[in-house]
Amino acid sequence: MAESRVVLHFPKHLLDQPVTSTTVERFNLHFNILRADITQDQEGLMVLGLVGEPENIEGAIEFMREQGVRVQPLEQDVVRDDDRCTHCGACVVVCPTDALAMDPDSRQVSFDADKCVACGICVPVCPPRAMSIHF
Amino acid sequence: MAKTYDEINERIRRGEVVVVTAEQMVDVVDELGASGAAEKVDVVTTGTFGPMCSSGAFLNFGHSTPRIKVSKAWLNEVPAYAGLAAVDLYIGAAEVAEGDPLNRTHPGSFNYGGGHVIEDLVAGRDVRLRARAYGTDCYPRRELDTWLNIEDLNEAFMCNPRNAYQNYNVAVNTSADRDIYTYMGVVKRDLGSANYCSAGQLSPLLNDPHYRTIGVGTPVFIGGARGRVFWQGTQHDPTTPRNERGVPTGGGGTLATVGDLKQMDPRFVVGVSMLGYGVSLALGIGTAIPILDEEMAAFTGVSDADIVAPIVDYSRDYGHNEGEPLGHVSYVELKRGQVRIEGKAVPTASLSSYVRAREIAETLKSWVEAGEFLLNEPVQALPSAEESEGFRMLNYRPAAPEGDE
Repeated sequence: MAESRVVLHFPKHLLDQPVTSTTVERFNLHFNILRADITQDQEGLMVLGLVGEPENIEGAIEFMREQGVRVQPLEQDVVRDDDRCTHCGACVVVCPTDALAMDPDSRQVSFDADKCVACGICVPVCPPRAMSIHF
Repeated sequence: MAKTYDEINERIRRGEVVVVTAEQMVDVVDELGASGAAEKVDVVTTGTFGPMCSSGAFLNFGHSTPRIKVSKAWLNEVPAYAGLAAVDLYIGAAEVAEGDPLNRTHPGSFNYGGGHVIEDLVAGRDVRLRARAYGTDCYPRRELDTWLNIEDLNEAFMCNPRNAYQNYNVAVNTSADRDIYTYMGVVKRDLGSANYCSAGQLSPLLNDPHYRTIGVGTPVFIGGARGRVFWQGTQHDPTTPRNERGVPTGGGGTLATVGDLKQMDPRFVVGVSMLGYGVSLALGIGTAIPILDEEMAAFTGVSDADIVAPIVDYSRDYGHNEGEPLGHVSYVELKRGQVRIEGKAVPTASLSSYVRAREIAETLKSWVEAGEFLLNEPVQALPSAEESEGFRMLNYRPAAPEGDE
């Protein structure tokens, strides 16, 4: 079993189609919706954790692409500007998944994109504004 | 064996000086004792990097043709103080850009302000100056709208009424259902976080608790440049209660500092936004402390275990000047990432960057070793506990009928 976090962009014509449930059913996957929105340009946006056999996850991503869904890995979307981050640590208590954590020895704040669920809480909390989300 | 400033400076000039950072000095004193450490070490460097709201810069941008005596001014839409001579301005770190929605939708994000203007100047980015004047015979011009670059300014120097608080509160929030948005960051409800802001054992005034070597005229690292302490900082309170090592267990002393903005580095001058609170400037300050004798070695050997900070409830007590601290915690505990408050394990968040504080102490160390940073005795001591009347609250004498304010 593996978990893969992906950002799905649904074009307008797919908004009323059950693409996600068809996909998880067909590829025998579990899923966890981390975030779902309709954006201002009427595109559907979903951040999804897919759990299952690695080849099934790959197949599911391929299948959704064929349906017209734009799919990209989550870690490409939440970005820390390492030149901007001062490693103060203001973010670590607001991060719900410990993706941002202070190393007690090095005193550096680490950012683990695999743990990040793209909630975005850190973005306005970061004093020098080092965090950004690009969906 | 006591050393004088002259002797230490002579060793700096000859390249023979032994310098360690305040973090390294903890181990030196542990190993050799204060007396052994005083013999071995000549200088201990300190550093701190965090939001310091009482910071700002004086700028003289030169005369235009025709001349203007500016009465109102904005730098990138951030109001600057113009109640000075014709083309002198003061830009304060905590000034918010005009038109910012502030906290109308709480918590406001406060994206840009004086601290950011100062960072932009230091980074060499152009800043737009808009100014108005009422016009006089000698200064006929009434409006100005121009780009400024730090290179073109006659003078640009940081002049900060309060930096480098000796020690500071740990902010917590005891309210059951409301996160709070403070100058100490987001403090989570129901004792959900403990937010602190000090470099602890590396911080300048914690290494010279009674201000023996840090005073008016002391050279400092400020924002990457060499500057000076020019006075005690505002709210300097040497009468704060102290522990057995003389270290204040609350705020304590502060420094007023000055330094050339043109020599600074944006790595140590960073505009910051505090969600729901406002804007500020995260600034790096460091000092080089002469190890004159065993006493200074013992002071600079202070470790995070020896320094405690008061836990203050910012959901009510701080704002309303009520209550007592919920207790004290040491910086060892705070830096471990979790403290116990009222029986509860509370995760900690720091607003001060220890890695950058370390970098400042290391940079100062390299300056001293290279013979580029000499020490001097203060030309005037900061007020001591004996001389100071301590911190005063406002003597509130309502000037208008209550409720009419």
